[in-house]
Amino acid sequence: MNTESTTEPVIEANQLDLTFQTNDGPVHALKDVNLSINKGDFVSFIGPSGCGKTTFLRCIAALETPTGGTLTVNGMTPDEARRNRAYGYVFQAAGLYPWRTIAKNIKLPLEIMGYSSAEQDERVSKVLDLVDLNGFGGKFPWQLSGGMQQRASIARALAFDADLLLMDEPFGALDEIVRDHLNEQLLALWARTEKTIGFVTHSIPEAVYLSTKIVVMSPRPGRITDVIDSPLPKERPLDIRDSPEFIEVAHRVREGLRAGHSDD
Amino acid sequence: MTSTGVRSFWAVLTVVGVIILFWYAASVPMNIKGVLTELERAGESVDPPNAADRRDMNEFGLILDNSFAIDETWEQDRPRLPAPHQVAEELWDSTVEKKITSKRSLIYHSWVTLSATMLGFAIGTGLGILLAVGIVHSRVMDLSVMPWAIVSQTIPIIALAPMIIVVLYSVGIQGIIPKAIISAYLSFFPVVVGMVKGLRSPDAMQLDLLRTYNASQSQGFWKLRLPASMPYLFTSLKIGIAASLVGAIVGELPTGAVAGLGARLLAGSYYGQTVQIWSALFAAAILAACLVGLLGLIERSVLKRMGMAQ
Repeated sequence: MNTESTTEPVIEANQLDLTFQTNDGPVHALKDVNLSINKGDFVSFIGPSGCGKTTFLRCIAALETPTGGTLTVNGMTPDEARRNRAYGYVFQAAGLYPWRTIAKNIKLPLEIMGYSSAEQDERVSKVLDLVDLNGFGGKFPWQLSGGMQQRASIARALAFDADLLLMDEPFGALDEIVRDHLNEQLLALWARTEKTIGFVTHSIPEAVYLSTKIVVMSPRPGRITDVIDSPLPKERPLDIRDSPEFIEVAHRVREGLRAGHSDD
Repeated sequence: MTSTGVRSFWAVLTVVGVIILFWYAASVPMNIKGVLTELERAGESVDPPNAADRRDMNEFGLILDNSFAIDETWEQDRPRLPAPHQVAEELWDSTVEKKITSKRSLIYHSWVTLSATMLGFAIGTGLGILLAVGIVHSRVMDLSVMPWAIVSQTIPIIALAPMIIVVLYSVGIQGIIPKAIISAYLSFFPVVVGMVKGLRSPDAMQLDLLRTYNASQSQGFWKLRLPASMPYLFTSLKIGIAASLVGAIVGELPTGAVAGLGARLLAGSYYGQTVQIWSALFAAAILAACLVGLLGLIERSVLKRMGMAQ
């Protein structure tokens, strides 16, 4: 779909393997994962729990170390990419520091990375605007709703201009209505910033609505069963979810999930 | 005041009232034999009239036979258990009525104990925080320091205090320092335990987040671990300061009753001055309550300013 994506992939996984050694014996979390993600892609990872979707995202972020195969991020090893602050990571919980205001929470990565205080202020107001939290910079996290807190944590991940945004079920703990709203906002944000996004979810409509590429995974061992390039246009109003194309993609995702399940 | 405030005020008052009543009631059997002996010597007729006969009698039986003497059990000079008003009078006498420079002023003695307490608390807190930081950051320290810290608290301080004083005296250190060291010895432990827990309180996600920023260990300490440990620190400090006060009082016992609340306790027991002992005990309790209360106020304002209390 994307004509500009003929360049070097942002993320490239080749025969990626990860086995955890646990007290109950080895757990094969990822097996033979091959995937390439291009610049500007919005890639969703979907699958039942234990399929390795979060583990794969954590490998990209160098929070886990693969035990086999190769993985590059921006042409570097994941750990080099982490040191170069190549990505922003959004966790399932907002994880804002209760002792910092929203603005100060967003400044946290900027302080760590040594931005000047003038630049910190400028960036904070820019990303607060991006996530539609203008005027909330001086509030403490407990004064905000769950959805607003999660938006603040996205702003924190955006603050330092990493081209890659990794999101691990960021809206998993929120209710349906808030989730729809945030999905819409996330698409708008993606269009404005042209970032590459890796997004873990277990919701089929969410994955189909958001993504240009949907990676369907299945458990034991964690592996990719299908990669779907979405035919949906980049411009997506919420009611696109009633269109035949949307329903067809959702159907294919469901088939992929079922196929992954039938062989265990 | 809200209605729940009024209700809890009355509840507290009721509890205090019950304790005082119980105390007065307990003073009667505790003191009845002494009172009857005094009355017998003063020529009054008591039943039975012979001290030897009374010695083996049950206190409650004596009270029934000599109910006229009940008032006297609350007014003795050296009762076994002084009545509340006697302790209150002594407290008033030795604080408000005496000049604070007087050796008989409880304020003077409290100040002596308080200064050692504060110095010991400062040393203990500083040491406790340093050890906790080391334990959290170094596995070797975790394995080597923590067991010793625990062992240190199993030794009765009353056994250790005289040795600390003797050893320090032999190298020429006396006065406030040995007391402060004993006090620090008791107060560092809750600070170590609380701070280790506090500095380890950030969860795996918080630590992962800092890792994604490629934050250094010291950034992780100053920006995450230390602020996250603040509620734990204050809880430990409240325990620590009470322990400090106990340490300072214990440290005063072996020095021969010169000055301080510990000295008052010791002097009181030398001369059978139970009223003096009880008033010194109350002075210590009031002092501890004030110190803990003060820390509570500081805690509230610090955590409020940090946005961690509403």
